[in-house]
Amino acid sequence: MQLSTRHLLGIKDLTPGDISIILNTASQFKEVLQRPIKKVPSLRDITIINLFFENSTRTRISFELAEKRLSADVINFTASASSVSKGETLLDTVNNILSMKVDMVVMRHSASGAPHFLAQHIPASIINAGDGINEHPTQALLDALSISEKIGKLKGTKVAIIGDIMHSRVAQSNIYLLKKMGAEVTVCGPPTLIPKYISKALKVEVSYDLKETLEWCDVANVLRIQLERQNQVLFSSLREYSLAYGISRRLLDDLKKDIVVMHPGPINRGVELDSDVADSKHSIILQQVENGVAVRMAVLFLLSGGRNPSDN
Amino acid sequence: MKSILSSRQLTLTVKRLAHQVLENHINMENTVLIGIQPRGIFLSDKIVSEIKKEIPRKKIQYGKLDITFYRDDIRKELHKANHTEIPFTIENKNVILVDDVLYTGRTIRAAMDALLDFGRPAKVELCVLIDRRLSRQFPIQPDFVGKSIDSIVSQKVKVEWEKAEVILY
Repeated sequence: MQLSTRHLLGIKDLTPGDISIILNTASQFKEVLQRPIKKVPSLRDITIINLFFENSTRTRISFELAEKRLSADVINFTASASSVSKGETLLDTVNNILSMKVDMVVMRHSASGAPHFLAQHIPASIINAGDGINEHPTQALLDALSISEKIGKLKGTKVAIIGDIMHSRVAQSNIYLLKKMGAEVTVCGPPTLIPKYISKALKVEVSYDLKETLEWCDVANVLRIQLERQNQVLFSSLREYSLAYGISRRLLDDLKKDIVVMHPGPINRGVELDSDVADSKHSIILQQVENGVAVRMAVLFLLSGGRNPSDN
Repeated sequence: MKSILSSRQLTLTVKRLAHQVLENHINMENTVLIGIQPRGIFLSDKIVSEIKKEIPRKKIQYGKLDITFYRDDIRKELHKANHTEIPFTIENKNVILVDDVLYTGRTIRAAMDALLDFGRPAKVELCVLIDRRLSRQFPIQPDFVGKSIDSIVSQKVKVEWEKAEVILY
């Protein structure tokens, strides 16, 4: 039993079989996390560095916990407090770190493709923890685990991805994964935040009507408006966005059925999601966070195993 | 290919194992059974149902343990992880681990490591259907044995639960 890849750069490179193996292994790790001793010795011979060139709360804590629960040795690296600010290149930084015998690299970077570049030049396994506007594979995997736990399956499940599709690596990874696993996907948001060719390129439905999309879907994955990545005016104000595409309690109460609401965090409360929706029984946002640790344990375990890392 | 246990023998052997367990743990009051995933479960399921026939009023505490994350060959080969389910405490209990074939002893070593993450049992015993003696790589011996056999490394022992037969090939 082996993944078809030795890095996790994106969902794009995974086969449906890989995804099933990861999700199955993750649900076994969920049981480990319920034990009196929430720790297994699987990675005690492995050293992992968390390279975060971009801010993060959830992903970073989640990865670090996953690594510690697997007994790996962990080093944390924050770009702002390092020699990167003295002008050292990415490759030099990583090569210097690897010469201190590090086996796996978890990386978040604001440049799309940064982990792919690194994978071509260094021997360690690389796990993408988010690269620019490209992919955030572990988020898509934990979303998939959360959906399949709640709905019971992925195949045939109707998932709406709502909001800032244009700047979202979460959206892209989710679309790749859901399509590979046979789910139906509709993206919904203002035309300025949905890439023009997305329906052709990624084979998803596009809707500009929130109400209609919510009526259709089983699951609504609501994305954060990424103001930090927008360098032009794509909608006139947050208030206007919230009125047209924000999810309110009333909107959910008017639907003919109950839907599941997800959000990758951090939430802009009152913009894309109202507080009483985020904290309601519809929302599985905290289950997503819980599943994040198990999914990351599965990814690290599966990428570390099966071959001696020093052989590569 | 050689048959080690026929269907009839297998049924009797499982019954005997269940009776031996019960003989040593009369009433099963402070004793729990834990089958090792995936192949030990076939045997533990059968032993548990035999014990239930003997003491139908008693509740048998029965769990399943997966050892994938504790194996010592993770870097060489990955195995599929199965479900662990131990819905009771093992603190101060007599634990009987159940597996189908005891060979190098490495699985049981891993199982004991995994088990201790759930608490501190009073005692751990081992029940196996087939003991491939003379092949041990760790100082581990079973307490309840269905059948002991002599076999060499190149041979394989397979318990075919569907056909109810144990074969050596």
